[in-house]
Amino acid sequence: MTAAVQTKRPAWMGWALVALAFAMAAALDLRLVPVLAIWVGGWVVNALIAQRSAARWGGYIIPVIFGVTLLLMWEVGERLFEISDVLLPAPSEIAARFWLSRDILWVDFVQTVIKGALSGFVMGCGAAFLLAVVIDRFPFLQLGLLPVGNFVAALPIVGMAPILVMWFGFDWQSKAAVVVVMVFFPMLVNTVQGLQSSDAMQRDLMRTYAAGYWQTLLKLRLPAAMPFIFNGLKIASTLALIGAIVAEFFGSPIKGMGFRISTSVGQLALDLVWAEIVVAATVGSAFYGGIALLERVVTFWHPSQRGRT
Amino acid sequence: MRSIIPVLTVVAAIMALWYAAAVPMNAPWAYDVAKRADIELTFTDLVAATWSQDKPKLPAPHQVGVELWETTVQKNITSKRSLVYHAWITLSATLLGFGMGTVLGIMLAVGIVYNRVMDMSVMPWVIASQTIPILALAPMIIVVLNAVGISGLLPKAVISMYLSFFPVVVGMVKGLRSPEVMQLDQMHTWNASASQTFWKLRLPASMPYLFTSLKVAMAASLVGAIVGELPTGAISGLGARLLAGSYYGQTIQIWSALVMAAALAAVMVALIGLIQRIVLKRMGMAT
Repeated sequence: MTAAVQTKRPAWMGWALVALAFAMAAALDLRLVPVLAIWVGGWVVNALIAQRSAARWGGYIIPVIFGVTLLLMWEVGERLFEISDVLLPAPSEIAARFWLSRDILWVDFVQTVIKGALSGFVMGCGAAFLLAVVIDRFPFLQLGLLPVGNFVAALPIVGMAPILVMWFGFDWQSKAAVVVVMVFFPMLVNTVQGLQSSDAMQRDLMRTYAAGYWQTLLKLRLPAAMPFIFNGLKIASTLALIGAIVAEFFGSPIKGMGFRISTSVGQLALDLVWAEIVVAATVGSAFYGGIALLERVVTFWHPSQRGRT
Repeated sequence: MRSIIPVLTVVAAIMALWYAAAVPMNAPWAYDVAKRADIELTFTDLVAATWSQDKPKLPAPHQVGVELWETTVQKNITSKRSLVYHAWITLSATLLGFGMGTVLGIMLAVGIVYNRVMDMSVMPWVIASQTIPILALAPMIIVVLNAVGISGLLPKAVISMYLSFFPVVVGMVKGLRSPEVMQLDQMHTWNASASQTFWKLRLPASMPYLFTSLKVAMAASLVGAIVGELPTGAISGLGARLLAGSYYGQTIQIWSALVMAAALAAVMVALIGLIQRIVLKRMGMAT
């Protein structure tokens, strides 16, 4: 990756632009000024850090500052413009609601994430993995299933949700089924591709060692497939949560994140909706982050992992 | 071309499985009806009964086909019962969202490539934004925008936009950075300005990346539009057909809406592929 291009405009031009922006904001509405000030403040701090440090911590601190800046703008803006809570609650109000209804959130978390998403994720990815190993043995199946799998992976599979809810009932089983269907094809396509990724030279070497099919599979092809498998797992991790939540829009027992979101929107209790979204975002990021971490441990040898220090 | 026979075999196998699965899934209902009418069902009767129910658990492929034929060809396009009408509603939201997402994605990518601060502060959030299940936000976006007085096409398009901007950002950042140092140096020796370097080197070099991500973005955008129609109880659009079908147990309607959505996705992605081929060929980049 090449470094970002630095433009060579004199510094005063930037400040003149900022001053102009402030003047325009003040002319439009005085309340815009503090909001804009927070934005500029955060940006300047970030720019200073970005210039000064090639240090590693810059890569972590800058996005954090950016996020905090956005949250502050939201909070201050919401208060200054007196936006109704029905439309957009302030971050502090969301945090308060989060704390007050943590037992509801926990029940929903267990119902949707643990029972629905996680069990479906394990079943779907496991089944796809096994089928991929089978497909890999038969070139005919490879030629036939891969295009079909690629096609299906691009389809709006969430649409299967109402059908699966009808088949498996309202409880978590139907949610898990939706997740299975959603994660199955991306995982299948990635694993099959991964199993083909070891090159002919390496396979020939295994043959000169008189390695059988299983030995070649376990010692060469599966390890070589790991980067692809993890790519599939990452895609599947985000799909799993989406599937579990959306499936609840089509009917669910009176708990679960999707159920809570759709009913709370109806009651205009948007702070609870946002609290659920905070949970979903945290879980999603943690899920993804966990898989990325595992990937770093398992595929430490891969160039994409060795590159970063 | 050599994969046509295997593909057809697999598709045929799926069809056979589908027909086979329809028998046990719909059998309880068929037995129920037979019991009430006091008839003993032979196996052939059973199969015939399971493939021709009104509200089967799993409709047989030909039932879906008939429903598709009736709702697309035999209905007036403007009729509320025409699937073409519903598909158009969804497609218009998809295209609007896709367009907005593409523009937003390209702008963000240009900013990220040309500004180091933006690269370091925005890029991590762009990635993080995709690990959160955004579709969960869909109902809220729609209700809030409705409350502000924006309804109809735009709320759905906003969801599509959110889903589709990400692949574009990632692909374009990669693409705009794809020129080698050698090529950039060459532009330097020609005393090219920043904008000339952008228009004549970086942008053309990014085209293959752009088209690849546009295909992903289009598929994501369609999912966004369909899900965007679910929570508000919309009365038109493919998502609304799914929802209405699941309320009234009209499984054939659900399946035909699904097939329609799949066809839409396939056609749109193929269309982008076609444009890609033409553009890259005219640019002399075709492989």
